[in-house]
Amino acid sequence: MAPPSSRRSGFSKKAQFSVFTGYLLAGAGALLGFGLLLLSLWQPAAFAPLRGAAGDVIAPAGEVTAATRTGGQGFFAGIGGYFRAGSQNAALREEIELARIRLAEVEAVRAENRRLRALLDLRADEAKPVATARLVGSTAASGRRLAFLGVGRSDGVTPGMPVVSERGVVGRVLETGRNSARVLLLTDSESVLPVRRAKGDVVAFAEGRGDGLLRVRLVNLGINPLKVGDLMVTSGAGGYYRPGVAVAIISKITPDGGIARLVAEPSATNFVAVEPIHQPDAVAALRAPRAPLEPEGEPAQAGNEASPAASAEDRR
Amino acid sequence: MERLNPRARSDPYGSRINRTQSPLRAGSVPYLSIMLGSLLPVLLIADVMPVVPPLGYLTLVAWRLMRPGLLPLWAGVPLGAFDDLFSGQPFGSGVMLWSLTMIAFELMEARFPWRGFWQDWFTAGLASLLYWLATLLLSGARVTPELLVVALPQALLSVLLYPILARMVASLDRFRLARARRIG
Repeated sequence: MAPPSSRRSGFSKKAQFSVFTGYLLAGAGALLGFGLLLLSLWQPAAFAPLRGAAGDVIAPAGEVTAATRTGGQGFFAGIGGYFRAGSQNAALREEIELARIRLAEVEAVRAENRRLRALLDLRADEAKPVATARLVGSTAASGRRLAFLGVGRSDGVTPGMPVVSERGVVGRVLETGRNSARVLLLTDSESVLPVRRAKGDVVAFAEGRGDGLLRVRLVNLGINPLKVGDLMVTSGAGGYYRPGVAVAIISKITPDGGIARLVAEPSATNFVAVEPIHQPDAVAALRAPRAPLEPEGEPAQAGNEASPAASAEDRR
Repeated sequence: MERLNPRARSDPYGSRINRTQSPLRAGSVPYLSIMLGSLLPVLLIADVMPVVPPLGYLTLVAWRLMRPGLLPLWAGVPLGAFDDLFSGQPFGSGVMLWSLTMIAFELMEARFPWRGFWQDWFTAGLASLLYWLATLLLSGARVTPELLVVALPQALLSVLLYPILARMVASLDRFRLARARRIG
């Protein structure tokens, strides 16, 4: 379709001015956008209040789709279950027998653990979740992997708090609104998480690769002790996460560590829990002296500076 | 003589005389549809890769190509700012890129005032590819080769989506200008 004749200004001074003003406003808008972009790349939290308010508006709609999504997953899983019900039943029966035996063993270990803890005068720190909520949405059209959460500042959620599902770590709260929060998922390429192998003292960092997998990089280089199938759990270094929560399973070995798959996939979770920061004092101490040196102060980077704390954690 | 069907001389919107379009609807439908396009991708959980094409931007491109002169030249500023609130991009990237798009289309239109559908599709495809690359580079995260590879389907979808969006914009345009108000 051809442009309407109103765009052809001709000799009319008024029409010429209005076309000129249009170009002027659009050019000024582009420059303004460039300035805002530089500001928000330099200070990522600069527009957090605006985004928080916007998230509050969209969160109720997200609740509805989240409920539908989990309902749909259950429905399709139910249909799939019929196809291999018989063989699966036998396999599960066998597995539950073994699990009962293991459970009895674990009970014994737990009792011993409790006794030893009492002996050492250590308190068992079970983290009580700050809030429980659904993941109501994510930035599906962007290169960033951020998710929206249906709870916010009014429920006591603050930036930095870990978000876990019943399977393992999902991410960390990045920004909060009144009734919504943004979560930095582990798969985002800005996310860094100090981890260790569930069995033994292999300390590493798990970084998001941007394609749904995590790159596990060992802190101590040398012979790579990782094997395919190893479970990586949080080491507690950096003070954000409590130690021992499942993060990822190694699926490929690389010279400096491995490539790992997530244990808790955000799209498959129903409810997630926001836990308090494990050691707020440590986080504050790590952030405070660095603040004048590094204006970025990304909480994700805090783990990098925590390698001494990581070894201290493991010695304990 | 049989009586005439009372609706024989009317169209789906009722009688064909004394009717005019609603100014509110005529002015708001393009903006509302673009804002809805910005909001829709938020409702999906994408934990592995960007899966949805930037619907808000594509709707803007479709409106701009289908109805030149309807959106003012500066419309990219408020609509881009709204998109930035939800897209996950750093605030300002939408404002800048959407404004640049509007200016580029204005200049392109001065050169090619009469265009066909295929030419429009080519323009929209080129614009969405450039936008896809720019948003990945400006997203604020490290651009890894893996990220570029997993985002490729998104680029392909954005190019292929234009014909469908053009149809949707055309039907929205019919709805926008439908006779809804009695005059006189």
